Amino acid sequence: MDGQLQFVQLEMMVIALGLLVLLADLFLSESARPSLGWIAAGALGLVFLLSFRSGYTGLAGDEAFGGIYRLDGLALFFKRFFLLAAIFVLVFAVDFASRLRSGVSEYQAFILFALSGMMFTASANDFSLLFVSIELITVTFYILVSFQRHRMHSLEAGVKYLILGAVSSAFLVYGIALVFGEAGSLKFDAIRDAHAGLLGSNVFLFGMLFVFAGLAFKISAFPFQVWAPDVYQGAPTPTTTFLAVGSKAAGFVLLIRLFGSVVPELTAQWIGMLMVVAALTILYGNLCALPQRNLKRLLAYSSIANAGYLLMGIVAQSGDGTAAILYYLAGYLFTLVAAFMIINLVTREGEGEDISCLAGLNKRSPFLALALTLCAVSLAGIPPLAGFFGKFLLVKSVAAKAFGDAGYFALLAVAVFGVVVSIYYYFGIIRAIYWSKETPDDSPVAVAWPTRVALGLCVAAILYLGILPNKPINWANAAAKIETVAK
Amino acid sequence: MDWLLIIVLLPLLAAAAVGFVPGRQRRVIRGITLGASGLTLLCALIAFCTFKVGGGIQFETKVVWVESLRLNFHLAADGINIGIILMGAIVAFAAACCADDITHRVKEFHILLNLMIGGILGAFASMDLFFFYFFHELALVPTFIMIGVWGRGANRNYATYKITLYLSLGALLALIGLIGVYVQTGAESFSIPDLIAKVQATPIAESAQRWIFPLLMFGFGILVSLWPFHTWAPLGYSAAPTATAMLHAGVLKKFGLYGLIRVAIPMAPAGAQSWLGVLAWLALANLLYCGLVAVRQKDLNLLIGNSSVAHMGFIFLGIASLNVIGLTGAVLVMIAHGLLAALAFGLSGHLYRQTGSLDMSRMGGLLRQMPLAGSALLMAMLAGCGLPGFANFAGEVMIFFAAWSAGLKTVTVIAAWSALVIGGLYMMRAIRNILHGPIGGDWAKAADASPLIAAALGLLLAALLVFGFAPGLLTKRIEGEVTKIVSLAKPSAIAGQIQTAEAAGK
Repeated sequence: MDGQLQFVQLEMMVIALGLLVLLADLFLSESARPSLGWIAAGALGLVFLLSFRSGYTGLAGDEAFGGIYRLDGLALFFKRFFLLAAIFVLVFAVDFASRLRSGVSEYQAFILFALSGMMFTASANDFSLLFVSIELITVTFYILVSFQRHRMHSLEAGVKYLILGAVSSAFLVYGIALVFGEAGSLKFDAIRDAHAGLLGSNVFLFGMLFVFAGLAFKISAFPFQVWAPDVYQGAPTPTTTFLAVGSKAAGFVLLIRLFGSVVPELTAQWIGMLMVVAALTILYGNLCALPQRNLKRLLAYSSIANAGYLLMGIVAQSGDGTAAILYYLAGYLFTLVAAFMIINLVTREGEGEDISCLAGLNKRSPFLALALTLCAVSLAGIPPLAGFFGKFLLVKSVAAKAFGDAGYFALLAVAVFGVVVSIYYYFGIIRAIYWSKETPDDSPVAVAWPTRVALGLCVAAILYLGILPNKPINWANAAAKIETVAK
Repeated sequence: MDWLLIIVLLPLLAAAAVGFVPGRQRRVIRGITLGASGLTLLCALIAFCTFKVGGGIQFETKVVWVESLRLNFHLAADGINIGIILMGAIVAFAAACCADDITHRVKEFHILLNLMIGGILGAFASMDLFFFYFFHELALVPTFIMIGVWGRGANRNYATYKITLYLSLGALLALIGLIGVYVQTGAESFSIPDLIAKVQATPIAESAQRWIFPLLMFGFGILVSLWPFHTWAPLGYSAAPTATAMLHAGVLKKFGLYGLIRVAIPMAPAGAQSWLGVLAWLALANLLYCGLVAVRQKDLNLLIGNSSVAHMGFIFLGIASLNVIGLTGAVLVMIAHGLLAALAFGLSGHLYRQTGSLDMSRMGGLLRQMPLAGSALLMAMLAGCGLPGFANFAGEVMIFFAAWSAGLKTVTVIAAWSALVIGGLYMMRAIRNILHGPIGGDWAKAADASPLIAAALGLLLAALLVFGFAPGLLTKRIEGEVTKIVSLAKPSAIAGQIQTAEAAGK
């Protein structure tokens, strides 16, 4: 392969796979099309394995295409993260195919295209690539969100996402223009060198603020979170999953790279603002989740709260903080995928995802009940599961700073308050499963074997990340370290 | 032998083993649980007897868990926790005996019960901060679920939420405090002995201690129902199934006190000096306020719950006096109260099973009706008043001496008065209502304790009496370790600083 193209081999494979799925659609019968998702997931699994090839990982630490594309530990970590997420979402989409009614293969192809966008964000080392890859994600998500054209809710969610997404893109592009105007370059490397001198320039500050706003929209941080509940609830559930996991992680990889390594001094200057945003996001997400009865909406608010916790890792301004974000995101991926898959299996088409539909799940399917319980307990941050260890690392990274500055203490206090509140609503889920009085439906739940395997893997990963954190922490540290060396 | 490893692993393995038994095999499930907790008790007894006094840390197991964070799975016993572990194992066995009142979802209950026992013993055996916390949570989550699913009374949903939220808040505050300790010492590990060694060389900055100590004090305090954060306890215990209440009130709750002695005071001695005065007054509120609340109770479980909260006041007072005799007394009362609380909740569970009510105004004459359980209840009540001969007396008296000599004279006088008078008042009234007089209406057909339950209760009583007549068995083990902690907290061995509390009193 050509020297430069080697760097983007994974992305190229994913795009080619997307095109192949579209092509295969022409030759397959209606009934065979959904299973294409399993094949695509298998192929992505292969791509995932290829990402460990020494020929590819050997490129780490290098830049390509005139420095706009950077492959390092952080990028590798996130590319693998996105690939895993997409594998699960594709398996999930097969389950969901009957509810899409039409365009099953297109749905799968769009997931792959969004995936390629996410993989590009992981390597973005230039504002132009940042913007293009973000748009690639966002535009495909406009379609993925409104894919159930027969459902009013889905269309409504699509329109909301489109309007607010467009506004955030406008923020982003305007901010980039301002930054370019002051720094004279779109390259992160150039801005890294120049930014210390630009901290007094209002134009530069405004530009970075707008960029932050655009990214805050992606991760649904306060005050750019309003879209999340409606969109999460209305979108087809696999889309919701991918949005909650993939799109959020894409926002975070950019935040880590930009605010962690490109403009660290600006981050230090803005630390108060970042703390306030993190604290308000935690509070908003957790408090609004309290009265929710719809499971998808509940998880939407919980995902806002989780964005707040993750921001704590940025606030910590350290390699430990970054590693904590990576660890937390990994745990979040498996937990959320499992939770949404189970919610989808338990609810029936046309019915809402009301929490009461979980009643009697322990009799309908003890495995699903146990898996969803583990997810809720992990999200609530209780040991010995993944969520606890992630939160532990995040809190530890912030506490390391706390004794220099009371603001960090306030943030920790808010985080603790948020966790206690969240235990209340996560236990509501467990309560609904195990001790509801009436069980409206006690038919067993049919689960296809790939879904069963995916759920089993998720549960295993949640336990593994919680109980044997030794190796994963080393991976997260390694990924986070390369990123800081890049300074 | 790595007795501690066996003690911690046995219940966890039993939980796994019960998981593989079909739910209908009730006898097998009971057998596994009883066998495992019996063996655990045996191992704990052997460990207690072979423990060498003054031999430092013993029965050590150390496995590297997370290299980069220097987390170790580190179990070990010293003079402080060896007695608590023995007490925990006794209570665990008794709770397993009393758990046969569970009739539905027996398998799930016993899995959770075994998990809880393993978590409790692990928490007290851990010498690594992370696992110390981890095992506590491992025991706490089953508690919540057991109360929610198998709890009793109309209030159980409310009680479940209340206990969950309160205890989670306490645990999280303590967690932040613990992380603060770890971060501030700049230690290379989470190991408690290492941290103490580190602090001995270079203490944590005083400004940081002022933050860390209150975090730990209130975090751990909420877990032990420190006034005014105690309201979860009576409510939660009256809603909890018998075995859960025995284990939580008896053993798990002591985790907070243990944490104060083991972590908070050695790590943040300067913070302790300025906060222990506050703790002494809050302890007094525990004794007085909760004692008075207990007087008003009509429900036996609420009475026991409130009196157990009141008794925590003694232990807090012992800790607040921060001298060798006070801390020794505190650990002694922790052990004595653990046995007593388990005994009391075991008995109330037996009574509840007879008529489904614990309304004391409808009870009466039970001493004739059920001589075994009745006399056990009588002894439990008397032990609760601090009658000499029971281990509680030995510990409480030590705490009074300690608090007096630490300069907390006002507090001591009020505490002694309230303990003797208020405690005597509600206990004697309960004895009169429940045990004497004509037989209450619904109680004519009530049966005495079954042999299994009688054995469990007898074991608890025997332990109370043994430690009551020979408190030296415990104190000579505790003393050595406690002396190290006190010398760490007050190198000058002058009780001067603590007199801030007295000044506040005046």
